[in-house]
Amino acid sequence: MTSAQLEKILKRHDHQSSNVLAILQDIQASENYLPRKTLDEVAEKLNISLARIYKLATFYRALSLTPKGRHLVNVCMGTACHVRGARMVLERLERDLGVQEGGTTQDLNFSLDTVRCVGCCSLGPVVVIDGEIYGRLNQEKASKLLKDYS
Amino acid sequence: MMSEKELVRFQIDGLEVEAEKGQMLLPVALEYGFEIPHLCYHEAVSPYGACRLCLVEVTKRGRTRMTTSCNYPVDAGIEVATATENVLRARRMMLELILARAPHSERILAMARSVGVEGTRFPIIEEAEDCILCGLCERVCREVVGANAITFVNRGDKREVTPPFWDPIACIACGACVYICPTDCIKMEERGDERTIVRWKRTLKMQPCKSCGKPFAPLFQLNWIIDQVQLPKDFFELCPVCRKQKK
Amino acid sequence: MKGEGMRVRGLDDLIKLREKGLKRLYPDKIKMTVEMATCGISAGAHHVYEAIKDRIRERKLDITLAKSGCIGFCQREPLVDVWIPGKPRIIYQEMTPEKGVELIDLIAKGDLQKEWGLCRTEEEVIFFEDEPRRYTIESGLEGREDISLYQDVEFYKKQFKIALRNCGYIDPESIDEYTARGGYFTLHKVLHEMKPDEIINEVKRSGLRGRGGAGFLTGRKWESCQKARGDRKYVVCNADEGDPGAYMDRSVLEGDPHSVLEGMIIGAYAIGAHEGYIYVRNEYPLAVKNIGVAIKQAEEKGLLGKDILGSGFDFTVKINKGGGAFVAGESTALMASIEGYVAEPRAKHIHTVESGLWDRPTNLNNVETWANVPVIIEKGADWFSKIGTEGSKGTKIFSLVGKINNTGLIEVPMGMTLREIVYEIGGGIPDGKRFKAVQTGGPSGGCIPEALLDLPVDFDALTEAGSMMGSGGMIVMDESTCMVDVAKYFTDFLKDESCGKCTSCRDGTLRMYEILDRITKGEGKEGDIELLEEIGWATTEASLCALGGTAANPVLSTIRYFRDEYEAHIRDKRCPAGVCPALITYTIDPEACIACGKCKKECPTKAITGKKKVPHEIDQAKCIKCGTCKEVCPVDAVKVK
Repeated sequence: MTSAQLEKILKRHDHQSSNVLAILQDIQASENYLPRKTLDEVAEKLNISLARIYKLATFYRALSLTPKGRHLVNVCMGTACHVRGARMVLERLERDLGVQEGGTTQDLNFSLDTVRCVGCCSLGPVVVIDGEIYGRLNQEKASKLLKDYS
Repeated sequence: MMSEKELVRFQIDGLEVEAEKGQMLLPVALEYGFEIPHLCYHEAVSPYGACRLCLVEVTKRGRTRMTTSCNYPVDAGIEVATATENVLRARRMMLELILARAPHSERILAMARSVGVEGTRFPIIEEAEDCILCGLCERVCREVVGANAITFVNRGDKREVTPPFWDPIACIACGACVYICPTDCIKMEERGDERTIVRWKRTLKMQPCKSCGKPFAPLFQLNWIIDQVQLPKDFFELCPVCRKQKK
Repeated sequence: MKGEGMRVRGLDDLIKLREKGLKRLYPDKIKMTVEMATCGISAGAHHVYEAIKDRIRERKLDITLAKSGCIGFCQREPLVDVWIPGKPRIIYQEMTPEKGVELIDLIAKGDLQKEWGLCRTEEEVIFFEDEPRRYTIESGLEGREDISLYQDVEFYKKQFKIALRNCGYIDPESIDEYTARGGYFTLHKVLHEMKPDEIINEVKRSGLRGRGGAGFLTGRKWESCQKARGDRKYVVCNADEGDPGAYMDRSVLEGDPHSVLEGMIIGAYAIGAHEGYIYVRNEYPLAVKNIGVAIKQAEEKGLLGKDILGSGFDFTVKINKGGGAFVAGESTALMASIEGYVAEPRAKHIHTVESGLWDRPTNLNNVETWANVPVIIEKGADWFSKIGTEGSKGTKIFSLVGKINNTGLIEVPMGMTLREIVYEIGGGIPDGKRFKAVQTGGPSGGCIPEALLDLPVDFDALTEAGSMMGSGGMIVMDESTCMVDVAKYFTDFLKDESCGKCTSCRDGTLRMYEILDRITKGEGKEGDIELLEEIGWATTEASLCALGGTAANPVLSTIRYFRDEYEAHIRDKRCPAGVCPALITYTIDPEACIACGKCKKECPTKAITGKKKVPHEIDQAKCIKCGTCKEVCPVDAVKVK
């Protein structure tokens, strides 16, 4: 992210340090993660410590310090989805992608995460891929879905 | 802002006590000689309430609740009980949980023994390396020193204290964290003209004294202080001993 | 966007806006509305919408196509609502793109499809009007009698919608339609005819209790905040609905965002606050979008900002997106997050109504609480307090999910029994299985067994039974749910979501999880149950906030009501419900197996062997209990023991 791009984001949030979470979310949305260099710049421009920013980045699950995959696969592990077999869907996708929950494939194509929950409880098990929500899944259907994104 | 200090009277374990309104309960109780175990409280930094050892029962306006005393502001008429059955029961479990993070700490073992806890039933968390997540180190670094070199990272059971990105570039190796840590899990070593804060993997070269030649403080630290306080560049030419002698 | 930039300066302008809205709601031509809340979309509603849109364009039909929020019956989604002037309104269920196209063709011919109909409505009850709005229906019902009336549908019969009053009835992106159903008229009355003390009194007398989980008396909270010292105050809407299984706040924000805004403006006026924050989970992108649109429209129309409706009252609102942390739903943690810090709860003896955001008086309420406010002010405290029980007034939205036939969002008067909800509204347990428990209150709650099904939904009754109302999540479990696994699931969640400050919460949930994990793996030992109870007690007593303070509920309530299951796991190394992988075996019933080879092909560890025409077998040493074989078997020959 260039300094100019960062400046745009900071301006959007009035250069206020209380808006730092929103600023980090905007950087995440743009870069797919939070690059160290950019965070150093944020610390300088907002006059807050890098430590504080790092604390935020590691506390909130929406933020990531390592690049996420091109496609974000989120298996809902909410209670309703859980009782309908979400764990098995997650394990199937872990096998398919060869990564553990929280990981990203070597080719940076897919990131597999869990989310609790997206609020579609009547349609569990649910998987969200790049913001698209798919419901009424089982292992087979979830596995097939991934192929559409490969 | 306040010119007058309002004194309030209340009770601790039946004893009538007096303190400034708004003072925290724990230091007041300690001053009166009540032994309330605590690990994450230190007068030099703001209270945090992490360890949960300083729990007491406070009755205010007819309602009794268990609360940490380190961050509870005293008020007139409250009744504090420092060692009820409930308090002791909670304290025992907290000590067991904490011991599983710092099983060798003599200080914690002694606290545990005093309430009848001999050890912990829980598997030891080796990765903790004796850190009990009290936060004193990061608070002293942030509030007192102002270096902001370390911070709480992650949340839940993954929480730990590290420099951001495991890059201790902001650490001035002052040793405040070493001093304040209740389990002694942050070590400082000096070898030759190098000082290392072991836990943060921070090694800095020390400035030799212009007079006696002994390395006495990290150059990075001295320059940082000069910069922060706007001191003359040669302010730290001499070590504290020689500086005293010069006077 | 909808509605030109006409500013609403007073009652006349509001009436004009309503007229426009009424024309949109009840046009002179056929209107089809696809319910497009997130639940609908996940069932495929947007494909249905596109298919219908294309068909209309293809055939050059004079039909309006619209979107709305969710009317609650998520099980039957996608839902399409058809309005034909002069006829009853019909909601069609389980629609697909193909059915959508077929439906249009039929309707264009004057036909209708009866089998797909969920229900018909002939009138709408609007709280802001004295009489129900009856549709003008010409010449008989013409074949529509076969479709049940909305109020006769098992799912809807016993519901009473206050907070959900507009969801599914309006386009959430149309402020005109909101006013057409009475919206913002109450605000006008409040700003011009009522004093802050009057409003607070009304809310107090109504008995409204916070709908986010704590159940604190809303009126009392408003009063404390109003009385607090300070000339800069805030109102906050907690939309960080983190309880897995609960999605009522999402639905309200997606389907009727203005109801929350109106409630907040009324509350702010009563308290004396001029700034508001709405903190929404970032996992709810559509809700974030819709509340954003609503704020923009309200600002354009002058219903937010300076001199609202010519009253001289200023109020602005800002949206904060959550960062993916359940603990941010705790009031003080939420405020820390708004201030730009991690969502770590703060000490409780400092009341946020006196010192909250930036140490200023702050009144925080949940989405559903705010949504109730306009109706309470409009109909009055007496009306509201007649609904519900002695200690819990009004209605509550519940998300009825899990092992239940009619899953969805329901709003019922407090005091209805769990039995009525599960068996009458919910339609009972699917697949002929037996009811086992209903989990209420999310991770802070507990499981309620069959023996207590006659408990009324009431803040105090649920708490006494070892659970709590919470945000209203209601997850039904049947005989195939393992209660130890449920306890482990919640404890796993809580240990990840704990902020990590308190020893009692962070390490308490960790240690409870470790024990539960061992138990589900067949490594439980005598004394584990007692140790869980001990840790649970300490976690509850010693923790700072409600996350830690209620973290032991799932464990303690399942031990309380399902101790036998724990004992079976520990003593017999057996999982009676057939869930815990380490304690079950997958076998193929040789009598049912048709040797099709599907399971053999799909097995990820190649644990299944079998030649053609010979019943297949699972090698237990290789089996990882993934369940794939059971899923793909066409004749259900895979048994789990």
